[in-house]
Amino acid sequence: MDQLTNYLFISSALFSLGVFGVITRRNGIAVLMGVELILNAANLNFVAFSRFGGMNLDGHIFGLIVIVLAAAEAAVALAIIINIYNNLNTINVDDASSLKQ
Amino acid sequence: MEQYFIKFSLLILFLPLAAFLVQIFFGRRLPRQGDWVSIGAIAGTLILSLLMFASMLTSYNLEFSKSASFTWLDMGEFSIRLGFLIDNITIIMLLVVALISTCTHIFSLEYMAGDIRYSRYFAYLGLFTFSMNGIVLANNLISMYIFWELVGVSSFLLIGHWFEKDSAANAAKKAFLTNRVGDIGFFIGIMLLYTAIGSFAFSDIFEGVASGKIAGTVLTLAGIGLFMGAMGKSSQFPLHIWLPDAMEGPTPVSALMHAATMVAAGVYMSVRVFPLFTPDALLLVAYIGGFTAFFAASIALTQTDIKKVLAYSTVSQLGYMILAVGTGVYTAAFFHLLTHAMFKANLFYGSGSVIHAMHHALHEKGDHKTDPQDMRNMGGFKSKMPVTYWSMLISTLAIAGVPLFSGFLSKDAILAGTLAFAHHNPTHLLLPIFGFCAALFTAFYMFRLIFLTFHGEPQMPELIDNIHESPKEMTSPLILLTSLSFFIFYTLPYMNPLSSHGWFTELVVAKNSFVPGSISAKEIAEHAHHAHHVAMYISIAVAFIGILFAVLMYYRKILSSEKWAEFFGRLYYLSKNKYYFDENYDRFLYQPFFRLSNKVAWLDWDLYDKYFVNGFGRFTDWLSQVTGRFDFEGIDQGLVDGTGRIADSLGSTFRKLQTGQLQNYLLYVTAGLIILTIIQSF
Repeated sequence: MDQLTNYLFISSALFSLGVFGVITRRNGIAVLMGVELILNAANLNFVAFSRFGGMNLDGHIFGLIVIVLAAAEAAVALAIIINIYNNLNTINVDDASSLKQ
Repeated sequence: MEQYFIKFSLLILFLPLAAFLVQIFFGRRLPRQGDWVSIGAIAGTLILSLLMFASMLTSYNLEFSKSASFTWLDMGEFSIRLGFLIDNITIIMLLVVALISTCTHIFSLEYMAGDIRYSRYFAYLGLFTFSMNGIVLANNLISMYIFWELVGVSSFLLIGHWFEKDSAANAAKKAFLTNRVGDIGFFIGIMLLYTAIGSFAFSDIFEGVASGKIAGTVLTLAGIGLFMGAMGKSSQFPLHIWLPDAMEGPTPVSALMHAATMVAAGVYMSVRVFPLFTPDALLLVAYIGGFTAFFAASIALTQTDIKKVLAYSTVSQLGYMILAVGTGVYTAAFFHLLTHAMFKANLFYGSGSVIHAMHHALHEKGDHKTDPQDMRNMGGFKSKMPVTYWSMLISTLAIAGVPLFSGFLSKDAILAGTLAFAHHNPTHLLLPIFGFCAALFTAFYMFRLIFLTFHGEPQMPELIDNIHESPKEMTSPLILLTSLSFFIFYTLPYMNPLSSHGWFTELVVAKNSFVPGSISAKEIAEHAHHAHHVAMYISIAVAFIGILFAVLMYYRKILSSEKWAEFFGRLYYLSKNKYYFDENYDRFLYQPFFRLSNKVAWLDWDLYDKYFVNGFGRFTDWLSQVTGRFDFEGIDQGLVDGTGRIADSLGSTFRKLQTGQLQNYLLYVTAGLIILTIIQSF
């Protein structure tokens, strides 16, 4: 099964799980984990297209960039969540609504 | 001095108006209720009038005439110019008005003392003097008409001074309304002249008449129209009914307005416009005047109210003046106006003095029922009121036409003119007969008044001790005017007691009529001159016959007045009841008019208003209810509110989508993406 479609199926399944996590989770860290899943689904796509498609090494380089980006994003997002926790004593994203009204 | 005449006239005109304004607004707050303001103003006009009069006598210019005018109303083609015309007639008349008005003011100080509307009374006197001077100074018909109406108003206000009394209020209304009848004619006359000539100024009108712009029947009608105004103001038959009732006003007012000046306005106007009367119009004027003179004198014979006698005497004397205008000797009319103003004002002041004394005597006795004006309650006042007695006697001699007194001169001039007129138009013999009969009656009733009031036994002996001579304020005008009843003042510098030849006849000379084909003034004067001697003898004779009858009947009591009354029977009652004029006017004029008014009122109220006007109102009311409901329930509640409600409900539905939760939004995005993908894939 070294077919491109298999990778794409797994990638879309990961993406869907990520989106589901982002949409349904109330825990900020879980939401962040969903986002990581989405990013990794994309990474998987890049790598798959690099292997079977015409992207050659470009796909790998994109994949590396995305990993770096994910790390940076995780750092910033975790900092935000820690701050939310410091201020609100919770990391439930629904409660972080003090800008509303 | 003549260059100041216009300024003088302006002052003469407006000083009384200023006094009126001060009095009406501040009179009650001024010390002595401000009577000194009025007296001051009127004294000012008297001084100015005297200056002008003196200047007229010194310059002795027959042709003197000065005028000034300004545009009052300018509307393109149509413009009205008002202005002054000052000639010898104006100057004499101004002096008469100022003099009598001053006397009235002084007389009123005592007569009206303690009156509840003291300051207002003086205010109205000022208004009257202003209006009268306006008539005298006018150089055109329109301003004369304006002041004419103002005189009517001030007369209304003064007759109705004691308006708490119904009789006074009614008399004021009657005077005003009767005058209106004449004024309508006056206005029609003015408009006829204006449409034909295009100007209101006397000079333009005379020119127009002379050049034939207006002639024939139209001119006659215009003349009669103007004369109707004079009939109203000068109370000529059949509009004479207001004057006797006007005696309800205070007596000084009667002297000023209803004897000397206001009623003379009609005569003055006739004298002013005389040159435009056609022979036909003049004939009517003469007959109205002659008949009024005769008829009013015959009423005066039997009246018992001292002021009523004088009132009818005034009507009769005004009839004389109008008769003179009608027969062409209009300067004689003006002459009689002058002399009559003096002696008749004096007679009224005298009667005022008597009434004043009676009033006080009755008041002291606590008697409020007895009429202080009824001559049957008087008698024997001669020794108690010597000044009043002598002044009234002298004025009576003047009005009766006894030589050496002023009335003789002017009456003689009128009778001579009338006699000459009849001599040249033998069909009109009735005119001098009217004239001489009136002279006979006048002599009789005036001496009757004197004898009943001052001679004989006191009819109310209990009063006689309380009758006193009036104070100085009242007697000084009497003395002044009494002296002016002598012939000397009118015949200077010739002083012939039997001829009116003097400054007056030399300064006031009749002008030719401007109506083409009229008899010239010179001819009229010559005719009158020829008739002078005959007229003089007859008038002296009738005067003495009249006086003799009065002496026999009321002084020596040889003839019984009751028997004579019985002898005349019906005629006596006709005269006593004033020919039932008021009753007949009531029956044939007022009552039908009331009935007609009632019918018209029924049409208006019960038919037009009730069904048409109210019906229209109800219909509109119903219509607006319907449209109101449509507007409120249909438009406002349905459409307008509906839009709001829809927006509101949509908003409240959709606001639920807007949760503020990013995850929700992301869910929508994802759902949308999935839907789009599904759609796309087909």
